[in-house]
Amino acid sequence: MNTETNVCCNQETRSMPAGRVRQGRTYVPGVDIVENERELLLMADIPGVKAGNLAVSYERGVLTIRGAVAPRQDAEKTQFVIREYGVGDYCRTFQIGEAIDATKIEAELRDGVLTLHLPKHEEVLPRKIAIRTN
Amino acid sequence: MFNGMRLTNRFEDMRREMDRLIDGFGIGILQSPLRAVGGYPAVNVWDEGTSVCVEAEVPGVKREQLDLYVVGKELTIKGNREVATGESVSYQRRERGTGEFTRVIPLPVEVDSNTIEAKLCDGVLTVRLPKAERARPRQIEVRVG
Repeated sequence: MNTETNVCCNQETRSMPAGRVRQGRTYVPGVDIVENERELLLMADIPGVKAGNLAVSYERGVLTIRGAVAPRQDAEKTQFVIREYGVGDYCRTFQIGEAIDATKIEAELRDGVLTLHLPKHEEVLPRKIAIRTN
Repeated sequence: MFNGMRLTNRFEDMRREMDRLIDGFGIGILQSPLRAVGGYPAVNVWDEGTSVCVEAEVPGVKREQLDLYVVGKELTIKGNREVATGESVSYQRRERGTGEFTRVIPLPVEVDSNTIEAKLCDGVLTVRLPKAERARPRQIEVRVG
């Protein structure tokens, strides 16, 4: 159902007005996507993102998750002993083939995990067809 | 389940490595003595003078599922990330690891295990470990005479 688009967030960032370009890097969050007959359920790991800094949009079959994370340490002054990950924004875009009812998308952010319920349009739901007998 | 976690970690490691390569062309990363100990969760450890800070990203792990121990110059982070969806569902994509994890992090100095502070916020664990008295930097007064 879903293929990842190559609409890279960095490209969009580059085209933004100079004053709005944030320093730092953008990371691709790991996701799980589960599909059942009524909805798609997407879970994304976005540790450090607060609800106010999260934007989820769905337009013409493209789902975009964007989370802003302010640096937690001064990258230049901090004396790192071990440094295994970088802190930065998250962005990921998905092409969703199924017809999603954008008005019914529900998002929940808890413990650094975003859970998205993407209900399918009524029209695409499997429908039981009654068979008349004469 | 645990295999899933390990597999994800391999990808995580690769991704981190790529990140680092890219960063390496800039400044900073290549210049500092970095150690990637490996394992889950990934950690950042830094020195704040009178204390050592350990930060780990543990999205989806609840406070009650997380245990921390300090023994000698090692901090152990132990936890469990549960599957939220149940086992019978069909996955379109599965990149997030689940299951139990344990990570032992070597600390650069001895710490005072009585005054350690740990905080879990938005999936980020921050542990501040004050250095043991004898491991603290000491300002030596120079007498004029």
